[in-house]
Amino acid sequence: MDHATLIFLISTAVKIIVFTFVLTLPIIAYSTYAERRVSSIIQDRVGPNRVGIPLTLFGGKKDIPFCGLLQPLADGLKGLLKEDLVPGHVRKFFFWIAPALAAAPAFLALCVIPFGSSISLFGEDIKLVIADIDAGPLFVFAIASLSVYGITIAGWASNNKYSFLGGVRSCAQMISYEIALGLSVIPVLMVFGQLNLSDIVQAQADGGWTLLPLWNEHGSVLDAAYWANSGEQWLLLIPLTISFVIFTTSIFAETNRMPFDLPECETELVGGYHTEYSSMKFALFFLGEYAAMIVGSAVIVTLFLGGWSAGFGLDSAISNIAWGSFKPGGLIHLAIFLAKVIAFVIFFIWVRWTVPRFRYDQLMKLGWVVFFELALVNIFITAGIIMLLN
Amino acid sequence: MAIIKIKRPQLTLADKLYLPAVIKGLWITLGHAIRSMRGKTHGAAQFNSSGLGVTMQYPETKWDDQLPDYYRGVPALVTDEQERERCVSCQLCEFICPPKAITIIPDEIESDDPWAKVEKRPKEFEIDMTRCIYCGMCEEVCPEQAIYLRQDYAMTGLSRAEMVNDKERLYEIGGVRTGLVNKWNELK
Repeated sequence: MDHATLIFLISTAVKIIVFTFVLTLPIIAYSTYAERRVSSIIQDRVGPNRVGIPLTLFGGKKDIPFCGLLQPLADGLKGLLKEDLVPGHVRKFFFWIAPALAAAPAFLALCVIPFGSSISLFGEDIKLVIADIDAGPLFVFAIASLSVYGITIAGWASNNKYSFLGGVRSCAQMISYEIALGLSVIPVLMVFGQLNLSDIVQAQADGGWTLLPLWNEHGSVLDAAYWANSGEQWLLLIPLTISFVIFTTSIFAETNRMPFDLPECETELVGGYHTEYSSMKFALFFLGEYAAMIVGSAVIVTLFLGGWSAGFGLDSAISNIAWGSFKPGGLIHLAIFLAKVIAFVIFFIWVRWTVPRFRYDQLMKLGWVVFFELALVNIFITAGIIMLLN
Repeated sequence: MAIIKIKRPQLTLADKLYLPAVIKGLWITLGHAIRSMRGKTHGAAQFNSSGLGVTMQYPETKWDDQLPDYYRGVPALVTDEQERERCVSCQLCEFICPPKAITIIPDEIESDDPWAKVEKRPKEFEIDMTRCIYCGMCEEVCPEQAIYLRQDYAMTGLSRAEMVNDKERLYEIGGVRTGLVNKWNELK
């Protein structure tokens, strides 16, 4: 085995462990905490602010509350310790396999997300993406739509009419939004002319974010050269904004988030597809939902909001920071990317506690009658603009 | 009666687009969030809260000063300004108590006692707070104005035995209550 292959193998293994278990899992845990805190400040409540280090258990005088920051740990521990109840009337095999099927695709889709530019180590450039494939968005769609199997199988295996309805709804919802999701992203791919997510982000770093074209190869808004060359960017902003709205809404539907959380809506379906689930199996559904949310925001940030790029022409400067042969610029980009993703996750939460649930026919109508057509027309608008300007 | 025909409201384009309404909603929730984070939630003062939401942070802040006079807390025995224990051990409260939380063992008052004519007093008076439902029937039925539901509500204990209030503890909670009818006093 030669030198380069060995470095590739080791770096990939490290990237898988770091991106999945060190970065994404804590973000998932803390997004459940953020969900509870943000929802409570929106609703004039306080939220979990007590769970900290229980010093009184070890003979201390007072607990350290830490603003409740250890709540996710307590929740996880509770999930593991609770009784795992399997009702007698369920299909055992599918009942067991469904939570894993719901959680795994979200983590799989992580592997094409570019977390940062690249770091230089011992003269080797290591890209901060697990699999740098030339079909990024397609891979994400293919894998993300698999998560519906988990939900549908869970609903069916539970042998319970409410769970079943939840599973059926999830299926119908997925079909009606998957098309809009796929079509809405085509204008973006047409503009960049490629499917490699790392290169798309690099293009945004050089030529302005998809939704924020305030700089291009000729300089930023303050330079005259920018204005001489920015006409196409501003004109393309119209279809790209439409794309963004459709894509974001479809991601909401895809991840079963409020206003589109029809599969689990408590008021109609008890708990929906996870009514019969308890302890860690239930926690896995929960985990899957939040992981899907994080992957969804990561994809939106990557395609529309510049991914890891800091913008304003700062990116090449960040990439060129060097301590000897070690270039840590990628890590700064990683931090920027995570900040953007977290901001978007908070936006997800904010929307959830603002917009009430759609009625089921409204949801289907929105998917089939509005978004599908709009996304289709949008492709032609983009094509027209690109054709006109070339 | 005239028939009133109600028309469905015509949705404007902005209504049909959903998005303006969503943005308006986001604006409203953002307002609440910002007020909450600045510690200025509306109605916070009314609930003694810190301002981060209206929720009262219970063990730190309490509402004791706002409990009404008729609040039904822990039942307790009272003495009067003559330092006489008012309970005559008639056991009416024991019999009326719906969850059977009260146990009384009556005792005779010795003939050399200044209140000998009252004849009876409780030897033991126990209220099991794990059974008590705070209904106030004991207070209502008492012919001697001896038992009252007080303002205490935080009854805690680490064992069942700790949750039983004995006579000494009941008088400690009840304290002295003035202005009651002193029907055992000598006629003037």
